[in-house]
Amino acid sequence: MSEQQDTLPQPSAGRPQARVGIVLVSHSKEVADSVARLAVGLAAGRDSAPVEGAGGGPDGGLGTSAELISAAAHKVDTGAGVAILVDLGSAVLTVKVLLAEGDELPENAQLVDAPLVEGAIAAVVASAGGADLEEVAAAAEEAYHFRKV
Amino acid sequence: MTDLTDELDADTVFRWLTAAAASVEREADLLTELDAAIGDADHGSNLQRGFAAVVTALGKESPGAPGAVLVLAGRQLVSSVGGASGPLYGTLLRRTGKALGEPEQVTGRQLADALRIGVDAVAQLGGAAPGDKTMLDALYPGVEALSAGGPHPYGAARTAADEGAQATVPMRARKGRASYLGERSVGHKDPGATSSALLFTALAGAVADE
Repeated sequence: MSEQQDTLPQPSAGRPQARVGIVLVSHSKEVADSVARLAVGLAAGRDSAPVEGAGGGPDGGLGTSAELISAAAHKVDTGAGVAILVDLGSAVLTVKVLLAEGDELPENAQLVDAPLVEGAIAAVVASAGGADLEEVAAAAEEAYHFRKV
Repeated sequence: MTDLTDELDADTVFRWLTAAAASVEREADLLTELDAAIGDADHGSNLQRGFAAVVTALGKESPGAPGAVLVLAGRQLVSSVGGASGPLYGTLLRRTGKALGEPEQVTGRQLADALRIGVDAVAQLGGAAPGDKTMLDALYPGVEALSAGGPHPYGAARTAADEGAQATVPMRARKGRASYLGERSVGHKDPGATSSALLFTALAGAVADE
């Protein structure tokens, strides 16, 4: 067992223990939370990364809640940065406004330009593997180019 | 007569936003109806919730400067609207407020200049331009008429914003959810431009009340 461990890559060696946090913002709470579970599930077999859904609006219906986004970002922030993935429209605009003004998000939070589902999976795998914020963002953005046909 | 050399204080801005909240409340069904045609039928209820939060916040805190009132109101809109109009109107009010700064009295001219900065920030955030069938199609004509001055700048701004909103009817949407409709967005008045015109109507009312 210990021999096998020696041959495995040890992503945390030489890196801080902290993992990049990932926030998934969707107009739907169910979508945000399910994509979070999906991404963690597909990244199983490695140490998990801190992932949190921030779905639905201030009234609990479909929409975007700045407060939920901010709370989720602080929850997953372990000091290594926070990658925020969004679906569309008000989710994009709300995160942009939170980043541009005010102090509601952790300092090292970043809006990642990626498809929500595929990007989330790529981001969680990368973060769980010990990637830094830039690498996590790049992995998620690359998901735009995974052609299916 | 009210011209751009007349000064406005925090109370003027408070009355402006209170009037805007009342107007949004009154027109919520119309805004939602317009949004049902080309959007997701939540513009009226979203703005209603947002402006109600603004009035509540301004009732608790009473900032002493026009700029601070607008910044506080903008913050409420960002956090409570839940749709794209939240960050967009929130940015409009916050950037306008920041541009006004600390003074307890500002001139109409200063407000017009600050509003232009706010409207530019909205355009930048949404990546939209006049003619895209968005709130900018009422905001830009409104702020331009206000900046032009004259004997009744606020009334002129109200009229220009109204006409701007009306002019969105034949436009094809190029931003937001309505843009997915392509040609089918033509023939409908833009809900965002309609609510933007309400803001200028409320401003004209608040200033004339003095």
